[in-house]
Amino acid sequence: MSLLDDPVARWTELDLGVAGRVLDVVRAPDPVLSTPTSAVDPTSPEVVQLAADLVATMRVSPGCVGLAAPQVGVSSMVFCVDVSQHPKVRDHHGTFVLVNAEVVSSSRNEKGREGCMSVPDLTGDVKRASRLVVTGHLPGTGERVEVEANAFEARALQHEIDHCAGLLFLDRVAGAHAVYARQTYL
Amino acid sequence: MSQTLHAITVLGHDRPGIIAETTERLAGLGLNLEDSTMTLLRGHFAMMLVGSGTASDTEIAAALEPLTTDGTLSVTVREVPVEDAPAAAGTPWVLTVHGGDRAGIVSAVVAEVARVGGNITDLTTRLAGDLYLLIAEIDLPLDVDQAGLDVAIREVAGGLGVGASLRPVETDEL
Repeated sequence: MSLLDDPVARWTELDLGVAGRVLDVVRAPDPVLSTPTSAVDPTSPEVVQLAADLVATMRVSPGCVGLAAPQVGVSSMVFCVDVSQHPKVRDHHGTFVLVNAEVVSSSRNEKGREGCMSVPDLTGDVKRASRLVVTGHLPGTGERVEVEANAFEARALQHEIDHCAGLLFLDRVAGAHAVYARQTYL
Repeated sequence: MSQTLHAITVLGHDRPGIIAETTERLAGLGLNLEDSTMTLLRGHFAMMLVGSGTASDTEIAAALEPLTTDGTLSVTVREVPVEDAPAAAGTPWVLTVHGGDRAGIVSAVVAEVARVGGNITDLTTRLAGDLYLLIAEIDLPLDVDQAGLDVAIREVAGGLGVGASLRPVETDEL
């Protein structure tokens, strides 16, 4: 699929028609981060505003390649991703928000070190699929879309989908010596 | 002279060069380092070594005594029996517990592991701001009801207001 035909690659936050607000990012051990979220109506004004807020908050956060609703204290199945500026990126879909996202298929596990704005003092080695197919809805139109992601974008998607399931990367680390103290946060 | 095995601990105020100094002195005694681990615990240096050689506990302690003279480090030396690690007759798992810091998290959760005969083979805990994190590697006996243990751990963790997850270790055979 060319990017012009791909509704996810074409999508921008301007499609939402509302201005995003920069919200405070919640840190562990806030219980909202350990609470599985519920599916929401992707066309509702609340979800549209939340989508815009997530993108706005991601934009002002250095190094942030994704942000899930629980990270701004909202227990909804919504997250945004934008890996386009990251040095590890290969192909990508730019900025997008997915609502009620689910993993359809995954393969080719690879280990990588992850950090998280909600766990600013630690990083950890996590094995994730590097080939991924995810479905979800675009906020606003509610259009159902399928995202084929690989490499770093696939990792980011799995990290955000985990947030929506009430899981942190700490719940996926490879072992007792796979967590590391971070001296400085970007 | 016969070879004996010695467990050595070095604990105290961290500074550059402790490992270099310790191992140089042990090498001077001809002690062969068989296993070692070192970490910083809230900034305090903590190292454990097991070494084999012909030196006695007394000789090793005397060789390491200069490390302790400024009062910032303590050293213990103890001969230990040679134990061959038995092949694990179980399955390897990783347990993560994280949440708000409070006393008793580790003891309550690992009691569930002990109750089913699970053996913790590696464990780290970290306190990062308000977040308390425990990650343990566990061998579970083959006949353990793993799903039941997962439920029991989640219930205990939930009672403490923390989250817990138990998952099998994934090994890639290459």
